[in-house]
Amino acid sequence: MSAVTLHDVDELRDLYRELILDHARSPRHFGKLDGATHTAEGINPLCGDKLRLYMRLDDDNIEDASFEGSGCAISVASASLLTDMIIGLPVPQALEFFATVTARLTGRQAGSDDATPPELDKIRALDGVREFPSRVKCATLAWHALNSAIHGESAPVSTE
Amino acid sequence: MTQLQVSNVPLDTECRPDFPALHQDVNAHPLVYLDNAASAQQPSTVIDTVAHYQRHDHANVHRGVHTLSYRATDAYEGARDKIQSFINAGSRSEIVLTSGTTESINLVAQSYCRPRLAPGDKILISHLEHHSNIVPWQLVCEQTGAELIVAPINDKGELIIDAFDKLLTDDVCLIAIAHVSNALGTVLPVKDIIAKAKSRGIAVLIDGAQGVPHMQIDVQDLDCDFYAFSGHKMFGPTGVGVLFGREALLDAMPPYQGGGDMILEVSFDGTTYNDLPYKFEAGTPNISGVVGFGAAADYLQSVGMARIAQHERQLLDYMMQKLGEIDGIRLIGTAAEKASVQSFLVDDIHPHDLGTILDHQGVAIRTGHHCAMPVMDFFGVPGTARASLALYNNADDVDRLVDAISNARRIFT
Repeated sequence: MSAVTLHDVDELRDLYRELILDHARSPRHFGKLDGATHTAEGINPLCGDKLRLYMRLDDDNIEDASFEGSGCAISVASASLLTDMIIGLPVPQALEFFATVTARLTGRQAGSDDATPPELDKIRALDGVREFPSRVKCATLAWHALNSAIHGESAPVSTE
Repeated sequence: MTQLQVSNVPLDTECRPDFPALHQDVNAHPLVYLDNAASAQQPSTVIDTVAHYQRHDHANVHRGVHTLSYRATDAYEGARDKIQSFINAGSRSEIVLTSGTTESINLVAQSYCRPRLAPGDKILISHLEHHSNIVPWQLVCEQTGAELIVAPINDKGELIIDAFDKLLTDDVCLIAIAHVSNALGTVLPVKDIIAKAKSRGIAVLIDGAQGVPHMQIDVQDLDCDFYAFSGHKMFGPTGVGVLFGREALLDAMPPYQGGGDMILEVSFDGTTYNDLPYKFEAGTPNISGVVGFGAAADYLQSVGMARIAQHERQLLDYMMQKLGEIDGIRLIGTAAEKASVQSFLVDDIHPHDLGTILDHQGVAIRTGHHCAMPVMDFFGVPGTARASLALYNNADDVDRLVDAISNARRIFT
């Protein structure tokens, strides 16, 4: 009657790409970070995503980062990719990444592909969320927590 | 003879044409709507009744001497009569029209409980309540120093009756309990609970939001003091609901809100309040919503609640069986007495991911904590996927749900 077509599965695989599923199943840098100097919580009340991001900053450099919490595949994979990308970065560059990634995932970035630096290549795996408006908040949650942690805001950020 | 012929037609076959929203494609698939516990779709008779009121009869109620005001008042008060008949209340004075179950419960918390509560008094609820039957009691407990106590549930999602009975002490002012759990589908033994409470002189409020769409409600037979429900769960508009309250209790309660329509006479020296139920209906009400609500009650009565309950019971059994056959599924809420709802988790797929994948296949379910976070905590999960049935759902809908879940497993494994 309404068999699910290959096209449907393809579109869904565009959202749930192998890289996303891999990071969701085996998140990198998962757990509390000893000696963290900066931390922030991100909450997405709609689906119950709740993540805490930890960073150890030294002289404006992100020496180490981790996260813990629970959430959907998109939010966990995005947080995992984020920690992979920001470790070793100077803070101003991490803030630039925050701006680029949130603009890219919300579709606000003009000429999106050109403006995304090669270090952020893996974030392209999350591009599929643009077709799923209700999931953009999941993908950007950890990035908002990054911004909040750097600015030392104590209240949890919400993407609601 | 006619009666017999009608009853031979499956309920969903008879009713589906009445619901225009069901006949559409979503993401290139015919819609399967299984989010009825959140909000049910509206039949044409509700949509048309509201539109007719707005096109022809709208004016303010209880005020004007002109024709449209009479018509609006007749339509509004006529709906109250339909709702009174729908739940078999003894008097129309006992039907307070509110903005929904939430406001109905807050009204009881503030007007019935607040003046009575002192430190040491208790409000008794259960572990499976919706937030709207938890937070209003927390507020009134904070205001008065009373204590909110919670009766436990077992791992099937059933109220543990022995434990509940032990909590029924004389310092309990009110029991507030769901008729049907929105997250788990458990039907609570409300009639037994009310009888026990009566013998101790304890008042009982039933949160009937998930009860009214699925079974015949007779508030006189239940013998409850308060029964709260919403229009949009029973195929009416959003933003309207009812508080049924026993007349003697409502009469003795102070008003909940002050304003127009709830007064007889106002001067700066003081105000005399209007009669029931108007004492609790301050301000211009949601007239068109109430009119649609009345049409929804008529619709359900014309279909017949016994028939609806039977159809849904069979379909819920089928859904629980088919879901139970899926590898890696965990059914949450397996009470012996259930209505409409099945919560579940599949493998380690987050409910929100499952919801997106199902939506992509045209299947609408609810995912998340269902405004029942304590229930989620009890089962140790951040949320669940929930499919909830209504009179228009059928076995094809369940099969589509099961197929869609199978596809989700293929993507995730």
